[in-house]
Amino acid sequence: MSKIITTDVLVIGAGLAGERAAIASASKGLNVIILSLVPPRRSHSSAAQGGMQASLGNSAKGKGDNPTIHWLDTVKGSDWGADQEVVRIFADNAPIAMREMAHYGVPWNRVEGGPRDVYIKGKKTTIVEDDEKEGLITARDFGGTAKWRTCYTADGTGHTVLYTMDNLVVQHGITVHDRMEAIRLIHHDGKCLGAVVRSLRDGEIMAYMSKSTVIATGGYGRIYGESTNAIINEGSGSWLALQTGVVPLANMEAVQFHPTGIVPTDILVTEGCRGDGGLLLDVDEYRFMPDYEPEKQELASRDVVSRRMKEHMLKGKGVQSPYGEHLWLDLRHLGEEHLKTKLREVYDICMHFIGVNPIKEFIPVRPTQHYSMGGIRVNKDGHAYNMEGLFALGEVSCWDLHGFNRLGGNSLAETVVAGMVVGEKIAKYASKASLVADVGLAEEFTKTEKDKIARLFNNRNGENVYKLRNEIASLLTTHVHIFRFGEGLEKAVDCLKNIVKRTENVQVKTKVLGMNPELSSALRLEGMAKQALLIAEGALRRTESRGAHSREDYPDRDDANWLSRTLARWPDPKEDPIFTYEPVGVLDLPPGDRGYGGGQQISIKETIEEYNANVDIVQKAEGRLDPSEPTGSRLPKERWKEVQ
Amino acid sequence: MGRTLTFKIFRYNPNKDNDSPQVESYQMEETQRLNVFTALNTLRETQASDLMFDFVCRAGICGSCGMMINGRPTLACRTLTSDLPETIELYPLPFFKLLGDLSVDTGIWFREMAEKVESWIHTQEEFDPQATEERMDNDIANKIYEAERCIECGCCLAGCATVQVYPDFLGAAGLNRIGRLMNDPRDQRGDQEWFELVSTESGVFGCIGMMACDDVCPKDLPLLEVFSYIRRKLSKIELSK
Ligand SMILES: Cc1cc2nc3c(=O)[nH]c(=O)nc-3n(C[C@H](O)[C@H](O)[C@H](O)COP(=O)(O)OP(=O)(O)OC[C@H]3O[C@@H](n4cnc5c(N)ncnc54)[C@H](O)[C@@H]3O)c2cc1C
Ligand code: SF4
Ligand code: SF4
Ligand code: FES
Repeated sequence: MSKIITTDVLVIGAGLAGERAAIASASKGLNVIILSLVPPRRSHSSAAQGGMQASLGNSAKGKGDNPTIHWLDTVKGSDWGADQEVVRIFADNAPIAMREMAHYGVPWNRVEGGPRDVYIKGKKTTIVEDDEKEGLITARDFGGTAKWRTCYTADGTGHTVLYTMDNLVVQHGITVHDRMEAIRLIHHDGKCLGAVVRSLRDGEIMAYMSKSTVIATGGYGRIYGESTNAIINEGSGSWLALQTGVVPLANMEAVQFHPTGIVPTDILVTEGCRGDGGLLLDVDEYRFMPDYEPEKQELASRDVVSRRMKEHMLKGKGVQSPYGEHLWLDLRHLGEEHLKTKLREVYDICMHFIGVNPIKEFIPVRPTQHYSMGGIRVNKDGHAYNMEGLFALGEVSCWDLHGFNRLGGNSLAETVVAGMVVGEKIAKYASKASLVADVGLAEEFTKTEKDKIARLFNNRNGENVYKLRNEIASLLTTHVHIFRFGEGLEKAVDCLKNIVKRTENVQVKTKVLGMNPELSSALRLEGMAKQALLIAEGALRRTESRGAHSREDYPDRDDANWLSRTLARWPDPKEDPIFTYEPVGVLDLPPGDRGYGGGQQISIKETIEEYNANVDIVQKAEGRLDPSEPTGSRLPKERWKEVQ
Repeated sequence: MGRTLTFKIFRYNPNKDNDSPQVESYQMEETQRLNVFTALNTLRETQASDLMFDFVCRAGICGSCGMMINGRPTLACRTLTSDLPETIELYPLPFFKLLGDLSVDTGIWFREMAEKVESWIHTQEEFDPQATEERMDNDIANKIYEAERCIECGCCLAGCATVQVYPDFLGAAGLNRIGRLMNDPRDQRGDQEWFELVSTESGVFGCIGMMACDDVCPKDLPLLEVFSYIRRKLSKIELSK
């Protein structure tokens, strides 16, 4: 018999999203257990440097900002792929979330009244901060926004917010089991009852049974191999949902590439570098972005900047190096003082990891996999499609705040806002639900996992885990990157289907239980291969270009056929996955031009009213559970007209 | 011509029956800009599939990869092999519980530390979602951030003589946390509370002040300043009694 641990709320993931949701339940007096692969403060959220968006409007360049402008920027940034109501819920709550975190201890940088020098579009400019705002939370500039809106603590924003959040977790006495990996959901009849968990300390397999189960496991970037993500971001959380066969993963083809991963280590240097005035240069030390994007220049949205960089390199303007082609990021003009205080983390990274001194030298950069817009499809309450009692939030989810491109600073903000909003819903659900500690069921699910491990140990002449993992990564990096072509995608899909089959025959050489890193990787491999296939096949099927999904053979955004969200399920593990599509949500801002990025749009066929009338019907048919309030109820009509 | 590196690595798996601690040697060709993170992963993929170690961010931010490299506690992910001799000795951080090979349990220790110093803002005020935030001087925010930068890597504890003698000693990381909170105007703890927290052997009096911690901290935290700040504050409290 396996050990069974029971709780009201089981939160899988101790990053910002998971911890904030856990606090929401704990403050309602519910029992909460958080699981994490690593000690909470080591979660990937801690690595976010730049900041989080909220329309506080305290800084001079943020004057007049409000949630509606934030909403507009986000909807446009998403290339109309986002759910506009969810964006509204987010934009309205973001200022509250920032103030709440300030209350609990985040040392946000504050407004200092009076004049100061900044760089805007490459030019030194003096701005005058309002004396009356002195001491309020200030903001910096990030790509794709009309106002300076990104709140920050120097360049350790994720770190300070996560440390503050984890202090609250300690204060609430919430139990955290670290070095624990959820490997399977326990579910029955469309209801989630907990998870099978493997200890990464001693290899023990256990069952955790709960009233509500929450997946907050972050992104899957490492499936790409070359990624800015932490190395633990291997998609094991989204795999939990896909394994159920009924919960869909949405928009897996929507993958963000960040313009400035450093070469060779792929470590990110923050968008704040460009926000603070950093410039992109080519092999001739020529500043090329204004030629492509005269208006936003280096600060167009990420998909656009990444694409322009790649385009420029394809014209032969890249810098050749033993680690492949790259461009330069120039921060020298910002000066030593700025680089050693406001951008200190960036300075440290360059000095320690590639031996480059950004005060005097250019930084080698290239676009690198960075963020997964897609993920576990949930309704606006964070409740998973087709699975009662299962919630998802943060980067692992597709709540759908970001559509086909997320704005910098919006995802860290999403984790905390969703933690508040979805956290409330989780607590409400758990307060009403009763615990089903079905021992037989727990035993059945744990046994399947134990058998799987035995099989991995017993396979003879099987595949090597690391080799297969590298093959998957190389297929995605070659064919499913910034620019995508039908032919390459077809090849990737074929090869990945084959790799999915080969994962069954993986052989683990190290036969000890214990921590066994090889076994841990082997257990994640099927999930990585299958999600890679969903990314590639989603991209192949979507014959248009939208946000970060850019098809060379279909350069236009096609609202007539593709103003939709991809849903992928895997009902039979031995067969192919199933793809369906649903409307993106109720439209308020009609699809239009983003004002950057080029490309044409093909208009939608029906009227907005006709489109909107279908939303509820189709989403319900796809398995969306009814949210606590009707669809569209939080989306005030045409408020954007007030700020146009 | 590249060098051939020899890694001498401490190996022990407490979960394996009859395993005993030993040092094993591995060889590897050095490549340009190789760091210990890449080296260890290559070793795991090619020579020692069961080798245990911890990395998360591989960018010097998360504090997972503290280990003894040629006798010095430091972050493996930001150690370039070119800064080391041909023979590289890797041991787990001492003091923390060993989980296997180079992996130690820092998480539990830091959680207990957070509980002991009550590492949260102590305030009577309720959060009001409708109100504008309390104002704060940007200089104070920066000062708090300075101490908040600790990444809980544990290197300072590995180099600390006092913590070996008094396991309850909060260590440089714990004292730094206290300093961070003392500096924060939002934390309303009074003199007496601070006094009780730090004026013991597990607090600042345990420290023998050799500053091994200051020397090894990979984040260059100004630990020296923090300690003297706490000591000054203590004597002020004592004087005012
Ligand atoms: C380098 C970098 C910089 C960034 N900077 C910014 C920025 O400036 N602004 C911004 O808005 N966004 C930024 N982002 C994005 C943002 O940081 C992430 O999207 C966000 O932190 C994700 O938070 P999360 O809580 O969803 O997940 P994470 O913080 O990734 O936490 C995931 C948690 O799940 C746990 N876990 C995973 N799988 C399992 C499992 N199977 N079982 C148990 N536990 C599991 C992990 O241990 C971890 O605790 C950045 C991203 C990167 C890569
Ligand atoms: S004080 Fe420095 S050495 Fe000690 S845990 Fe913090 S970062 Fe590491
Ligand atoms: S100065 Fe104090 S805390 Fe630092 S190593 Fe020495 S005894 Fe330990
Ligand atoms: S792996 Fe994060 S600090 Fe080294």
